[in-house]
Amino acid sequence: MLKTILAAIFSAGTFNQMLRSATPVALAALGGAMTEHAGIMNIGMDGMILMGAFFGVLGSYLFGSAAAGVGLVLLMGVVVGLFFALFVVKFKSDEFIIGTALNTFALGLTSFLSRAIFGASGTKGNPALPTVHIPGLDSIPFLGQVLNDNSLFIYLTWLLVLVMWLFVYKTPYGFWLRASGEKPETLRTAGIAPEKMKWLASILCGLLCGLAGAHLSLGQLQGTFAENMANSRGYIAFACVIFSKANPAMAYIAALMFGFFDAIGLRLQDYISSDLTNTIPYIITIVMMVYVVVRSQRKKRYAGKRLPAKQG
Amino acid sequence: MDEIAVRFEHVSMAFPGVLANDDVSLDIRKGEVFALVGENGAGKSTLMNVLYGINTPTDGKVFIRGQEVTAFDPKTAISMGVGMVHQHFMLVPSFTVAQNIVLSREPRRGRIFFDNAAAERKTRELVEEYGLEVDPAAPVEELSVGLQQRVEILKTLYRGAEILILDEPTAVLTPQETEELFAVIRRVVRDRGMTVIIITHKLYEVMAISDRVGVMRKGQLVGVRDTADVDEKTLASMMVGRPMLYDELEKTGVPGEELIRVRDLTVRDNRGLLAVDHLSLSVRAGEVLGIAAIEGNGQSELLEAITGMRKPESGTVTIRGADATGKSPGQIRAMGLAHVPEDRLATGLSRDGTVTENLLAGKQRQSQFNRFGIHQRTSTVERYARELYEKFDIRGAGTDVTAGSMSGGNMQKVVIAREFSFDAPVLIVAQPTRGVDVGAIEFIHGQIIDRRNHGCAILLCSADLDEVFRLSDRIITLYEGKITGEFTGPFSKEEIGYRMTGSRQAEKEAAV
Repeated sequence: MLKTILAAIFSAGTFNQMLRSATPVALAALGGAMTEHAGIMNIGMDGMILMGAFFGVLGSYLFGSAAAGVGLVLLMGVVVGLFFALFVVKFKSDEFIIGTALNTFALGLTSFLSRAIFGASGTKGNPALPTVHIPGLDSIPFLGQVLNDNSLFIYLTWLLVLVMWLFVYKTPYGFWLRASGEKPETLRTAGIAPEKMKWLASILCGLLCGLAGAHLSLGQLQGTFAENMANSRGYIAFACVIFSKANPAMAYIAALMFGFFDAIGLRLQDYISSDLTNTIPYIITIVMMVYVVVRSQRKKRYAGKRLPAKQG
Repeated sequence: MDEIAVRFEHVSMAFPGVLANDDVSLDIRKGEVFALVGENGAGKSTLMNVLYGINTPTDGKVFIRGQEVTAFDPKTAISMGVGMVHQHFMLVPSFTVAQNIVLSREPRRGRIFFDNAAAERKTRELVEEYGLEVDPAAPVEELSVGLQQRVEILKTLYRGAEILILDEPTAVLTPQETEELFAVIRRVVRDRGMTVIIITHKLYEVMAISDRVGVMRKGQLVGVRDTADVDEKTLASMMVGRPMLYDELEKTGVPGEELIRVRDLTVRDNRGLLAVDHLSLSVRAGEVLGIAAIEGNGQSELLEAITGMRKPESGTVTIRGADATGKSPGQIRAMGLAHVPEDRLATGLSRDGTVTENLLAGKQRQSQFNRFGIHQRTSTVERYARELYEKFDIRGAGTDVTAGSMSGGNMQKVVIAREFSFDAPVLIVAQPTRGVDVGAIEFIHGQIIDRRNHGCAILLCSADLDEVFRLSDRIITLYEGKITGEFTGPFSKEEIGYRMTGSRQAEKEAAV
């Protein structure tokens, strides 16, 4: 029994499922990393994902192509990012309230539009994103099974992780972004308006969360939209952002961890109640957050020991 | 004629309800060190923020090196050669020294990538050119305040500043660090022909470093003098608008019995680190014991432990012969202790409460203010508040306004009035004049010495060394929670400054 369970857990299928589950969370976490660096606590990612998921399917349905769906998602991503920044940056509203409002608004809007356009049962079977077959990869055992023939966005995410990491840590704009969150007045006295970087971060977050949603509806579920399909992935992404200290590469790894436990949960459903297995990723998320808090406190204590000698 | 670096022509700057600069006209010459002095709120920083483009003047013109400033923003000011070192440093803590210095003008590789190697190389070149030793690759958060200030100065030099504005640069420095800063200022003026404008309210620094000095009062420039032609007393009276004498305070009487006794006290700070390390001291009646220490060396925790706001780990505190160790602030106050806390906004008073309420706080249970302990005698309370208001020379819109609406100096007077009127034989006074103007300082100092001459035992702690020197009968220096020296007058500033920095002296020599 144990042997079969372990075999089920550590199969190529599990690791492939890990990638699938991790990708929407990872994309959203990349976006969340941008706002986090800009000093904005963004809990509105769940709503941003949901908007992406809906408008991806809508575009695909209306124009008959997944590419058009993604185009509409990018457009809406910018709009949502601008909307978020308008209230948080320009009007200086409370980030928490605006994030919550955005989540509620997105849930209501997408549910309403979905019922109005597709009816009560939602929609499925719209033109979806292609899977990518890499010739030759199949010849590698295990790895080939895990990495090959996945939805396009899984590979796109790898590219985006690299691009966002370079952007944040290796370009002047990344330095401005981080300065705008850590010490905005420094940037202002250097002649750059920190608000500009916050606007940019919000728009990037809207775009990346939109892509996360598009991957969910157009990639993973092959052109399907169901109400509230973001299913709290935005909050998991937020946990990944905090866990990784908004480092895009670390955020991806954190998302993979979530994906792994999500995949295990799916595998174990044959043996244990699915109600229980479904809780695994969330329990792991809580454990991760506890770890982060403990680590930062330990670091604070360490920094405290170090400072008096340096600062006198 | 000398070349003019900066010219203000009839500059006025109005904020809602306040005219911060009122028709200021001023020329600053190229290659001079110009000191700008004045009380708090006199408009010095506002005027310099106009020059740096943070404020747009409501009226008047500004010329930088002959060119009229048309757009007021920091970017334009920087491009016209103005650099400013703010009172609160504008550095990103997690960035390295080099990354902070090049921020907004980064060297790039392939147009879009940050070239960290080039940033560190350019920083090193500046370091060598000006002899401002600092490690380009060190994260700023790990540097001492003095070194952070160096980074700020290097930053303005990197941006090509010809005119350097320093806003209260010595407020956070030790005497030794101040000396080093002055050496740097002299060097950039001599070697680079830079113009330096220094905002300060420490008059001896004006005398030490500046060529000319401008005095501001209530938004107006009341006079510009060659430093050689004035002395500190003249400047002080120009600042407050009446003849002002920083005279010796008259101290009378002889020390009596021991009222505060601290034995072997150990206290931990909020992070659980040792803040006060097996410290012993005592203060006698009719004596002021001053604590000289750089912030963060345990003085705050020591006072908190004595006043009952923090539980000591070991050791004893004795107030007037009775054990006060670990008692609550209320119990300790009942033993005859009054306390002027270091942060008037956090623990000194209630901003939303009226002046009357703040003056009464702590005395509300006294029988003259209530009937049967439940009914407040409003008229008595109001009369009492008005008496204190006048006796302690509080200046504002009366006793019914909220304390938070008053200026810092008057808020502090409210705290002083309340605490000193307890007639407690033991006074703990922390930062009595932080952010308070010259006139109010004079008054508060007089009150402290008056309490001393009446036989109070006073433990004084202040970041302003001159204040400690002026008021204290004895001074102890604290470094990392330990007493590193004890002095009786006449005090030597060099010696005390040296003891305050503890072992840091050796570290600094190693760095140079």
